[in-house]
Amino acid sequence: MVFQPGSTRLTRRLMLRASALAGGAALLGGPATFAAQSATPTLKGGKMTLYNGQHSSTTAAIVKAFTAETGIEVQVRDGEGPELANQIVAEGKGSPADAFYTENSPALMLLSDKGLLAPVDKSTLARVPEQYNSPKQDWVGVAARSHVFLYNPALLPEADLPKSVMDLAQPEWKGKYGYAPAGGDFQPLVTAVIKLKGHDAALDWAKGLEKNGEVYQGNMAILKAVESGQLAGGITLHYYWYAMAREQGADKMKSKLHFYGHQDPGALLVVSGAGALKAGKNQKEAQSFLQFIVSAKGQQALVDAGDFEYPLAEGAKGQPALKPLDELDPPDIGPGDLGDGKAAVELLQDAGIL
Amino acid sequence: MAARLSWRAPHRLSPAVAVAAVAVALITLIPVFFVIQQAMETGSSEATRLLFRPKVATLLSNTVKLTLTVTIATAALGLAVAWLTERTDLPGRKVWSVLAALPITIPAFVASYGWVSLTTRVEGFGGAALILTLSHYPLVYLPVAAVLKRMDPALEESSRSLGHGPWQTFWRITLPQTRPALLGGCLLVALHILGEFGAFAMLRFSTFTTAIYDQYRLTFNGAAGSLLALVLVLFCLVLLLVERIVRGSDRYARVGTGAAREPRRYRLRHATPFVLLGLTAVAILALGVPLGTLTYWLAEGRSAAFPAHELVTTALATLKLGLGASLVTTVMALPIALLAVRQRGPLTTLVERSIYIATALPAIVIALALAVVTVHYLRPLYQTTFLLLIAYAILFLPLAVVAVRAAIAQVPTSIEDAARALGQRPALVMARVTLPLIAPGLGAAAALVFLSTVTELTATLLLAPIGTTTLAVEVWENTTTLSYAAAAPYAALMVAISALPTYLLTRRFGALSGSH
Repeated sequence: MVFQPGSTRLTRRLMLRASALAGGAALLGGPATFAAQSATPTLKGGKMTLYNGQHSSTTAAIVKAFTAETGIEVQVRDGEGPELANQIVAEGKGSPADAFYTENSPALMLLSDKGLLAPVDKSTLARVPEQYNSPKQDWVGVAARSHVFLYNPALLPEADLPKSVMDLAQPEWKGKYGYAPAGGDFQPLVTAVIKLKGHDAALDWAKGLEKNGEVYQGNMAILKAVESGQLAGGITLHYYWYAMAREQGADKMKSKLHFYGHQDPGALLVVSGAGALKAGKNQKEAQSFLQFIVSAKGQQALVDAGDFEYPLAEGAKGQPALKPLDELDPPDIGPGDLGDGKAAVELLQDAGIL
Repeated sequence: MAARLSWRAPHRLSPAVAVAAVAVALITLIPVFFVIQQAMETGSSEATRLLFRPKVATLLSNTVKLTLTVTIATAALGLAVAWLTERTDLPGRKVWSVLAALPITIPAFVASYGWVSLTTRVEGFGGAALILTLSHYPLVYLPVAAVLKRMDPALEESSRSLGHGPWQTFWRITLPQTRPALLGGCLLVALHILGEFGAFAMLRFSTFTTAIYDQYRLTFNGAAGSLLALVLVLFCLVLLLVERIVRGSDRYARVGTGAAREPRRYRLRHATPFVLLGLTAVAILALGVPLGTLTYWLAEGRSAAFPAHELVTTALATLKLGLGASLVTTVMALPIALLAVRQRGPLTTLVERSIYIATALPAIVIALALAVVTVHYLRPLYQTTFLLLIAYAILFLPLAVVAVRAAIAQVPTSIEDAARALGQRPALVMARVTLPLIAPGLGAAAALVFLSTVTELTATLLLAPIGTTTLAVEVWENTTTLSYAAAAPYAALMVAISALPTYLLTRRFGALSGSH
């Protein structure tokens, strides 16, 4: 490397902009060849390993855009967020992971609490409102998702919808809804219930779910079961429904979303985020990945991948079909409150769900 | 037996063989050590909390209920079909015996995928019991049919001539003769059920394996998962013990091989149409439904983008793993089989016992153990293809040992002695005499391991290195999101790939049992 680290970053930033212009020119049908050629030698390339707890197709799209932009090759290991986080902990200093991108903040908080994450570049963090980032500035929020109640109006009239996710523990709900407790998505909801209602009430609630709910492998399975009328309702996240609606046409959807609102624990807003590993061998590449993922292009790649999360970076626009973020009225629980999710797993074990 | 009676001093094996055999045995025991070590590391209060909680009781009752039901049902079905094809005048016996063996080419999780994509009513206990019975009954049918085929009909005829009716003859003569094969088949079925993961996950029926997987997804190497693994391993060991006790030490051999002739077949007469109807129903449920739905989804999926490139790379990766695993496993099986046949003694017994224990280890436990052990102590192996191959080897070593051992037992030591007497060194005798002679056995072992590897899901899910995916994993990933059409080409290709070795194996074993 000839440049000083600082100037390298500056140069890369300029080059990014140059290649962005080149891309734009190509789109407009302009004389792209020259611009692209001049940009090519500055694509420094390199490689990094990403542990990915996000939907693999979404991440693949982002990674593709990132590689096109920077020339950095990314090896991706897919898995469930908590699994990968615990794996990184077990791998310790020798972990092959350079960066970790996942759907739920607890997996990132676990690494943050153990001091395994490197500080994120200030300019990267500044792209995203503070409340969505790590309290310790060692990971950056990428997008948000809302917990919802999904229902099939043919089986469950609107008047009978639950006012709160707490209602679902009641016996009149027996067999009427599905939930997917073994994934990383369910833990934050449980933590929110613990925070807002206390441990004992949360345990009673979880025991109620164990008695009355139907366990599914994942949120997609729940959505399809509710669509097909096999299930009346389901505890899930908003974006699965939107993704299916986009594919099938919203008018063909047999299920609907019910946003609890009113700061109900069931209306929890969770943040997907990304961090770089302190022990990673490719620090710079990891930081440029974080920088990219919250850049206008990165956020657009996320949206273009058909992901219906709410992109969090300044100026990024989510899918137009989405219910606006400021109308969701979620409970006031941020990544810091959700912590590493350990208490939630223990509660689920004590309730007999896991 | 003949070797023991011979006048020669026992045939000496090179000590290297014993060392290799012990090393292999130790590798297969890694998961057992791991489970015990993890259990001991967990504090007693934490262990109590994790072991004596409601979920474990549910898992226990689910697992016991299902294992018992499926084992008994496969025993009944396998025995009935074997008796019908081997001992009655059933029309189209040849065809029925092929149809009864075929479900073995469709892994239980693919059959479950076929069923559950047809109707969600198969979710839960009833469906799981039905589907697993249908996909596992060949494990009872095949050995029992082989025994019936070879059994001297004179036994049954004597019974009939001494005044027993057909039923009495069946209960008092035929059934006891098939007992070792029947019990062996049942043991295999029960072990399969205890280790099955994919099918239960798809049918939303929770057992120890699904719960261990859930824990892995949430904690990677948490105490809860390891303790569940401990319970599961204990379960399997109890099963092995029970089978040993039930099998007892009765002998079923007869003096002299005699000349078995075609048995007098029981005439089904008026029952024929009902029997045919029943067998047709079994064939439709066990083969028609899974293959039919697979074909349906395959046709359905053609409208969407056909992932030709992914399909080819995944199939190649699967083939590579299959070939690698057959090579590694057969090589590992060789010293054990040599020791077992040629050098009886306390060491051999010990090595054989540890392999025996390994037969009871579910894939999920092996994978979990290897992942955690390598991450802590053997980092260079962590997340490598080699580690995955070792996992396959531990899983399928018992299969390979059985095949290689049978082949070695048929090689008279006198041929090797002659080669030595002519001045060949032991290593050369091995390479130029023994190995060529047992090549068919090695081939059978390799084919068995290949077949099992190509359809393996659980260990592959946990241990596949970054960027490696297999057909089984793709089927699994797609079915968890209920993308049935997307799963279909992978499943179809997997069944097609596993069909060839199955065909070769059944032909080989068919020929073997015919020649006896």
